[in-house]
Amino acid sequence: MIKTVRGRLTALTAALFLTAALTACGSDNPSTDSGGDTAEQLSGEVKVDGSSTVGPLSKAAADLYAEEQAKVNVTVGTSGTGGGFKKFCVGETDVSDASRPIKDSEKAECDAKGVKYAELIVANDALSVVVNKENTWAECLTVAQLKKIWEPKSKVTNWNQVDPSFPNEPMKLFGAGTDSGTFDYFTAEINGEEGASRTDYTPTEDDNVTVQGVTGSKGGLGYFGFTYYEENADKLKLVKVDGGGGCVEPSVATAQDGSYKPLSRPLFVYVSGASLAKPQVKDFIDFYIQNIDEVVKEAKYVPLTAEQKTTLAAEFAELQKS
Amino acid sequence: MTAAAAAREAVAAPPPPLTQRRIRPGEILFRLALQLCLLIAFAFLVALVVFAVYKGWDRLDARLWQQMPTGRASRVESAGVQSAITGTLWVIALTALISLPTGIASAIYMEEYADNTRWYNRLLELNIQNLAGVPSIVFGILGLGLIARVIGLGFTVITAAIVLSLLVLPTVIIASREALRAVPQSIRQASYALGATRWQTTARQVLPAAIPGMATGAILALSRALGEAAPLILLGAVTFIRFNPDSLLSTYTTLPIQIYNLIKEPQAEFQELAAAAIVLLLGILLLMNSAAIVIRNKFQKRW
Repeated sequence: MIKTVRGRLTALTAALFLTAALTACGSDNPSTDSGGDTAEQLSGEVKVDGSSTVGPLSKAAADLYAEEQAKVNVTVGTSGTGGGFKKFCVGETDVSDASRPIKDSEKAECDAKGVKYAELIVANDALSVVVNKENTWAECLTVAQLKKIWEPKSKVTNWNQVDPSFPNEPMKLFGAGTDSGTFDYFTAEINGEEGASRTDYTPTEDDNVTVQGVTGSKGGLGYFGFTYYEENADKLKLVKVDGGGGCVEPSVATAQDGSYKPLSRPLFVYVSGASLAKPQVKDFIDFYIQNIDEVVKEAKYVPLTAEQKTTLAAEFAELQKS
Repeated sequence: MTAAAAAREAVAAPPPPLTQRRIRPGEILFRLALQLCLLIAFAFLVALVVFAVYKGWDRLDARLWQQMPTGRASRVESAGVQSAITGTLWVIALTALISLPTGIASAIYMEEYADNTRWYNRLLELNIQNLAGVPSIVFGILGLGLIARVIGLGFTVITAAIVLSLLVLPTVIIASREALRAVPQSIRQASYALGATRWQTTARQVLPAAIPGMATGAILALSRALGEAAPLILLGAVTFIRFNPDSLLSTYTTLPIQIYNLIKEPQAEFQELAAAAIVLLLGILLLMNSAAIVIRNKFQKRW
């Protein structure tokens, strides 16, 4: 009996030790190789959260920054623009990524908690409308046509309802989920009211789902940030958009000069005033702005124009003074 | 007595001859239907594994656990998911440390000490069974409101571990109770007959005999916690972190969260990395489940 009891105890302790051993493996810290040639070695945490569209930029910045300040732990979450501001305005995060400007209701929330912030434009984006490769008819859509498709209670279920010259092909719609800034921006620009959209489409926070959906159905139509189109250019067809001044194709150039109307947009980063008092946050933001070109390149986004860069630098200089 | 004797006789009697074999179409059809069901379940698992291995094949090497995640398109090739692996190990080890002692102690109380005819004990039992069916996201909301914000532990490893412990606690309790119940009453009676107290009986006879069953249940419960992503999304497991956790109050990410976020990235290379991470997660789960089976088979005792 004693033998078997011991046997069983061994089994349990073995199981426990396995867990313990695994933990021990896990606790070894990254070797603290000092990769920075800067005078001061900072440490601590910088918490970034918010838009999943801007997320890749902040991740790229965090990754580049790690080479300069190996001991500063920059974490990036992607709760969505709205979700990010909720955390930002109660002081849970230092930096908030946003794919649209802060809303009045969010401003009020931040004010109520005494959270002061600065707004910085870090990149450009062209919200791209895409259709299936086999779609030969939709070369260019006007804002009015897009509105007809996407407005609340829209009855459009077939391409020939958009334009009688279009073939009889059922339409399948894919779009952004309601917590994303992309959704807010698209609905505001196309439907004239933020958050107003038909609801019988496939909403997703994961743009790759939209890519797959549109790729998979001949009558598919979806919208997302330009980067997702660029990465999937071989699978999708880009639609030109006519915002009143003729058909314009989204591209780096048309997003930068704003001629891709009305769907070109700036991407924002909000920094909390209280967090800027922390040396590591200030240093990280400083780095982010100084290396914005490389950050944008690494994230494969549409870079800022020279003019925007000057504004950015000026705004940050202003920020540092206050 | 007579019944037992009759049973013994029945066992001793030679089995009836099995000469007449008739083919029953219904029987064969039913058997085929059952096999088909099994095949469907199995085919899905195989398809998942094959697809993930195929997609992540190029990334299934040491980079996966030696390298940190990256946010740079030019560095995707040398990226891994080390911080997610260590984050997962931290969270799961802590979950084990919190949920197993609590769960096993609760089970011992309910099985060995509590008077099951009392209404409050029955209410307790009903509640635990109901808790086992609560969706994990609800535990996430509770954790966010109560543990992260009111208690103020924030979005840390310990918050995640506490919430996952709450999540798997009912499973641990139920499995441990089953294991205790499987220990024959005669063992307890024999122990009492020799003058042992209730505590001595529980600690020296019942508990050791129930350990294999408990270990199996515990490992299965932890496997569930390991694959959980829904509550952790609420509890601030971050998308991108280049540091391994080093204390209870570290920020963290876990494998399921990392996979979920890698899949959302625009570049195809990130999705390959996600596939490799899926294979790793499946591997860990398979390893844990095999451990459960080995422990059960090796140490299980039949009375």
